[in-house]
Amino acid sequence: MADLRSPRFWVPAAVLAFLALLPAYSALVGQSFYVTLFTRILVYALAALALNFVLGFGGLVSFGHALYMGLGAYAVGILSFHGVTNGWVHLAAALIVGGVFATLVGAVVVRTGGMTFIMITLAFAQMGYFLAVSLKQYGGDDGLTIDARSQLGIVDLGSNTVLYYAVLACLVACLWLFNRMLGARFGYVLRGSKSNERRMLALGFPTFRYKLSAYVMSAMVCTLAGFFLANFTKFASPSYMQWSVSGELIVIIVLGGMGTLFGPVIGAIVLLLLEEVLQGYRPGLFPPLEEVVNKHWQVVIGLFVILVVLFAKRGLYGFIVERRE
Amino acid sequence: MTWGLFLTQVLNGLQLGVLLFLLAAGLTLVFGIMNFVNLAHGSLYMMGAYFAAAAYAATGSFLAAAAIAVAATMILGLVIERVALMRLYARDHLDQVLATFGLILVFNEVVRYIWGPSSIYMNAPEALSGQVTLFGLNYPSYRFAIIGVGLAVAGGLYLVINRTRLGMLIRAGASNAEMVSALGVDIRFLNTMVFAMGAGLAGLAGLMAGPILSVQPGMGEPVLILTLVVIVTGGIGSVRGAFYGALIVGLVDTVGRAFLPIVLQLTIERSIAQAAGPAIASMLIYLLMAVVLAVRPAGLFPVRHG
Amino acid sequence: MTALLSVQGLIKRFGGLTATDQVSFEVHTGEIHAIIGPNGAGKTTLISQLAGELRPDEGRIVFEGRDIAALSVPERALAGLGRSYQISQIFHEFTALENVMLSVQAHAGHSFSFFRQVATDPRLTAPALEALRKVGLAHRADARVAALAHGEHRQLELAMTLAGAPRLLLLDEPMAGMSQKESEEMVALIASLKERYGIILVEHDMDAVFALADRISVLVYGRIIFTGTPDEVRGSQAVREAYLGEEEGA
Repeated sequence: MADLRSPRFWVPAAVLAFLALLPAYSALVGQSFYVTLFTRILVYALAALALNFVLGFGGLVSFGHALYMGLGAYAVGILSFHGVTNGWVHLAAALIVGGVFATLVGAVVVRTGGMTFIMITLAFAQMGYFLAVSLKQYGGDDGLTIDARSQLGIVDLGSNTVLYYAVLACLVACLWLFNRMLGARFGYVLRGSKSNERRMLALGFPTFRYKLSAYVMSAMVCTLAGFFLANFTKFASPSYMQWSVSGELIVIIVLGGMGTLFGPVIGAIVLLLLEEVLQGYRPGLFPPLEEVVNKHWQVVIGLFVILVVLFAKRGLYGFIVERRE
Repeated sequence: MTWGLFLTQVLNGLQLGVLLFLLAAGLTLVFGIMNFVNLAHGSLYMMGAYFAAAAYAATGSFLAAAAIAVAATMILGLVIERVALMRLYARDHLDQVLATFGLILVFNEVVRYIWGPSSIYMNAPEALSGQVTLFGLNYPSYRFAIIGVGLAVAGGLYLVINRTRLGMLIRAGASNAEMVSALGVDIRFLNTMVFAMGAGLAGLAGLMAGPILSVQPGMGEPVLILTLVVIVTGGIGSVRGAFYGALIVGLVDTVGRAFLPIVLQLTIERSIAQAAGPAIASMLIYLLMAVVLAVRPAGLFPVRHG
Repeated sequence: MTALLSVQGLIKRFGGLTATDQVSFEVHTGEIHAIIGPNGAGKTTLISQLAGELRPDEGRIVFEGRDIAALSVPERALAGLGRSYQISQIFHEFTALENVMLSVQAHAGHSFSFFRQVATDPRLTAPALEALRKVGLAHRADARVAALAHGEHRQLELAMTLAGAPRLLLLDEPMAGMSQKESEEMVALIASLKERYGIILVEHDMDAVFALADRISVLVYGRIIFTGTPDEVRGSQAVREAYLGEEEGA
């Protein structure tokens, strides 16, 4: 059924093959740095993929999904702090807390729409941020150091390579899962609600419950990303829930191609590599300017975001796919 | 818990409330007219604070610094409205939010480049550096002045909006922008005026916050998010809603943080109260917003659309 | 025979304005009941209350013997009220078939189904194709909505309404924006549907109304001033004064 020459097939296939082979290449050239850089990228790709499920396909522009990454990270941090090292417990706690929080927040936010939805998702994420800051016993402002990575039995996250493949496996699983859901009845209701909610209601769909369910699923995958983030950095910090992280996730989606399943993966790779390059790259052509850019790289990111919004709304993957069809 | 301490916290709450109102007024009016939200409104507040600090250091006169800060922020607002934001009015909310998010990153980094990454300090003017005694309570005169200025601005805005032709157009624009354009009023121009006024008020807020908060990169965003809570709670597009919303949020946040942990200690075990008190206090205004939205989805003072 | 739909003393006020004023009428299965009236007479307000988008202030809406005034929009749709819109409300991202499949899906139990792919589910595709066939659009099933002509949008709109197996159709200006020929086809189509459904028809095209309707209610300023057969309406002095005369003079 898959058309091998369609970019919808070969772009994701090539990117995933590259990601699967990356640790081997990294070992070959003796640069373990690549694995850690790309673990971070994969974590962001996973979170952005989850957000895109509701944002790109459901029209729910959440500016607060960093909240759920933070909750996942704190589930690992707080349990480790109390001496619970079992990774399955960490994972279960992260998903349950994320699910409960998302249901409560979602019950309020999903009823609203448009700008109100954006503003209050942003506000609730900020609530999570201040909540984390106020937890003085768990490091407050400074965050919480995690002594050891979650213990998942035979899956030894202590190894950077295993952690990398664990995140990659979850990413691929979620890509598959979301793809199935979007083609199933649930996905059609979600996409229909984005397209014309009024008509969906008149057809007989009580859209609220479907949108809320999608919101909760999306949030729980984000807490999974947070679980990995905490394991990756061995740290849980309020800054994971900062508003700018939510913003970055949206940038990743729009950059990669909103409303395309694979776009966020491409967006995460491009944005995070760009950030990395801006911070450290010095070709030596014009050293004074390069120094300023290295130090103040966020100016470039900011301008880049504005330009993408104004001129490249379809995103990179959207562009590749649509040009060929 | 003494009466004096309580009164002090109420005054602090009022002071936060009027600052939030200065920010919310411009934001909510522009939203009403153009259906546009400028997340970089907090950056204008930050720029106001920096302009004020720099001008105060250069001139030594607080009044001169105030004039410069407000005027400079207003001009900056005009420039970004004309250069960047105007292109976004016809776009969807996602684009608006994302582009103004980009602007925030740019502003924060520009400030870091010019004034450095750490906070700079700004003193209150000499004449207001003392204390005022009120009902036997000492309260810093500068903070008192903030409340006074804030309420005066609110009163002035009330008069402009309810008693002048410009105000009539603004109100009409907020409830039905199409009708106003149909009457032959240049809605874009009206909006630019309102935007500039909003920028000026944000600059004023930055100026007044300068001496009591640290002036630093990124100072605008936490305030901006509080302002969004104010707007949603009060009712989007409504200045009256922004005013009451700002006072409610300012008071609940300040008084809650000060007294909730103490009140909890009276009712539940001390160790739990000490842990949970600040956590719950930090969530109060968001829970308040959630309750308001659950009961009145359009906020406390919704704009009537005609 | 009891009525399929019985509207009793419906009142809706907006501030000082009474947009729906003591409206009562009945619709039976196999009958087309047209509602006509000048612009601003409150037709859209009335339809919105029947569909559930607006709550009436007073009055009852009894459908198949039960009062549905308190039901939400989706609940009424599931109860058997099918609505088509004045301006086609269709899903522009989807194909014609997918549009109708969504309508079938709405009436096929809950949609918490995450794995079974819709595209290969004959329980959705077969009835959807059948509905497209009924309105004469089967040959365009796989076309994207954006590629369809305006008249085809109206047909698709109707197919989506029919696919929900309603007993009562609320047709809000089904001929709007159609060419003469398209209108005539739509009239024939609606006439062919009449047997199985009760139909409420709101329409500006008077030729279509008088050709199709069994009974006509004339709505002026929110109030029904006259109900009768097309011939009775034509002959009514009150209608002529309040509505037809006004229209001709305008």
